[in-house]
Amino acid sequence: MKALTWHGKGDIRCDTVPDPRIEHPRDAIIKVSSCAICGSDLHLLNGVIPTMKSGDIVGHECMGEVVEVGAENKKLKVGDRVVVPFTIACGECFFCLKGAFSGCERSNPNKSMAEKLWGHSPGGLFGYSHLLGGYSGGQAEYVRVPYADVGPIVVPEGLTDDQVLFLSDIFPTGYMGAEFCDIKGGETIAIWGCGPVGQMAIRSAFLLGAERVIAIDTVPERLVMARAAGAETLDFHEVDVYDEIQKLTKGRGADACIDAVGTEADATASFDSVLDRIKTATFMGTDRPHVLRQAIHCCRNFGVVSVIGVYGGFLDKIPFGSAINRGLTFRMAQTPVQRYLPLLLERIEKGQIDPSFVITHRATLEEGPELYKTFRDKKDGCIKVVLTP
Amino acid sequence: MNMLAKATEITRPLLDSKVLSSGTRSLGVPGRLARGLGWFGIALGVLELVGSKRLARALGMRGYEGLIRGYGVREIASGVVTLSVNPAAGIISRVAGDGLDILTLLAAPQQGNAKRGNVRLALLAVVGVTVLDVICQKALADRHARSRGPVRDYSDRSGFPNGLSGAGAVARTGS
Repeated sequence: MKALTWHGKGDIRCDTVPDPRIEHPRDAIIKVSSCAICGSDLHLLNGVIPTMKSGDIVGHECMGEVVEVGAENKKLKVGDRVVVPFTIACGECFFCLKGAFSGCERSNPNKSMAEKLWGHSPGGLFGYSHLLGGYSGGQAEYVRVPYADVGPIVVPEGLTDDQVLFLSDIFPTGYMGAEFCDIKGGETIAIWGCGPVGQMAIRSAFLLGAERVIAIDTVPERLVMARAAGAETLDFHEVDVYDEIQKLTKGRGADACIDAVGTEADATASFDSVLDRIKTATFMGTDRPHVLRQAIHCCRNFGVVSVIGVYGGFLDKIPFGSAINRGLTFRMAQTPVQRYLPLLLERIEKGQIDPSFVITHRATLEEGPELYKTFRDKKDGCIKVVLTP
Repeated sequence: MNMLAKATEITRPLLDSKVLSSGTRSLGVPGRLARGLGWFGIALGVLELVGSKRLARALGMRGYEGLIRGYGVREIASGVVTLSVNPAAGIISRVAGDGLDILTLLAAPQQGNAKRGNVRLALLAVVGVTVLDVICQKALADRHARSRGPVRDYSDRSGFPNGLSGAGAVARTGS
């Protein structure tokens, strides 16, 4: 089958690889009908995620048709049309039973490696390094889904791929980021990053009752798309973000701040961004957390800082003094997608939101490597790429 | 812990990481050229650092060993940046370094220098590499630059089928 594979920094290829097969009775094999390139896939492209191996199949946003199921899988049947969550979870362990599926104790076979780096291991993810399980990803013609009786959700008839594909990651992630903000109605939420996850967070914040959303980015098309949902936008190359948020909130700060950027913040946004870039380039740092620093400073006293952008290692110069003295609450996670699927599917079915608004580019798998570059370089107004195998 | 990892070995794909044949790729010719130039710069830098005396002797530039070592450090630094995610900055620094190299070689003692031939050869090599660096820089800029054309209009993409007011109503009523 054809699949997009990782071959080193900047090098994604469309390769021919063996078809996956059932390896455990709870597995299922999915014939992928649509998959997407996620912003966090760019961290793989840019070589900032460790423990990738040449030939690893990438991709963690996919959906398709069940073509084979293991003997013990009683939930799915051949022919079902399913969306596959990017987090892999057994459904039976301590964390899965609490709904914290992304903390699954059993789905990361390389957990000892993760424990050395992070203290404890999260669950496995599709196509996202051997540190997180070494699972083959979904940017392929077929994908093997472990614990397929827990993760995939069957799509009701009448909904298109475009409407439901993003249930696999970016919609639940953006929604969770907004949910972390404890929106009761009338709040001002500042959101850094108007990429696909940021766009979902903007809409989710409004759906949950935020009065104002301040969206921060510098790419014109992204700012336009943010404004389309009713957000006020700030271009961080044009204005001082802190000063502007102070003005917009009468000097109090945003009620909650969402970091939808993560480890690869723009390297030219500020002096500390440049320093971060130098530190990571010279192996003196693991992440570039400029956005997190700014979000902390811009958050009002006793507000919430919600982190949904991906970080990998040890973050430098985080103003923790500001956070503790002003009573900030930090909330963050790799999204336990399975917990959000029924609720968000219902919102789509009711017509409250149509996540397909974010799709700007479509391509075949063969064109996928080029689209990785287009997406990374933010060329041609690219915000979200959907690939059709 | 290892037992748990072994018990969950079922989750490991058996057929993983076996590429049968390769097709299209994201790393274009400019990227590969930059990578080659980055490694070349690092190798040259190491050579200048550890072999500065020999190089100085070969070019008839005795007394310039410290300068050659300094240039070695510069080559390594720009090589590391060239190998990074954004190689353009590294290539630009390489072009600047090429200029310095050319000026230094032009200023090398000519009168009575028995190694004048080596200096000319080195000059020729540096000019050749400079041409490659400039070509690479131009190609990278063309490939990665964000177009400055009209902004794509996404102003109709609210994502709310019932409009912004509909989203507000959902928030108020919950449905």
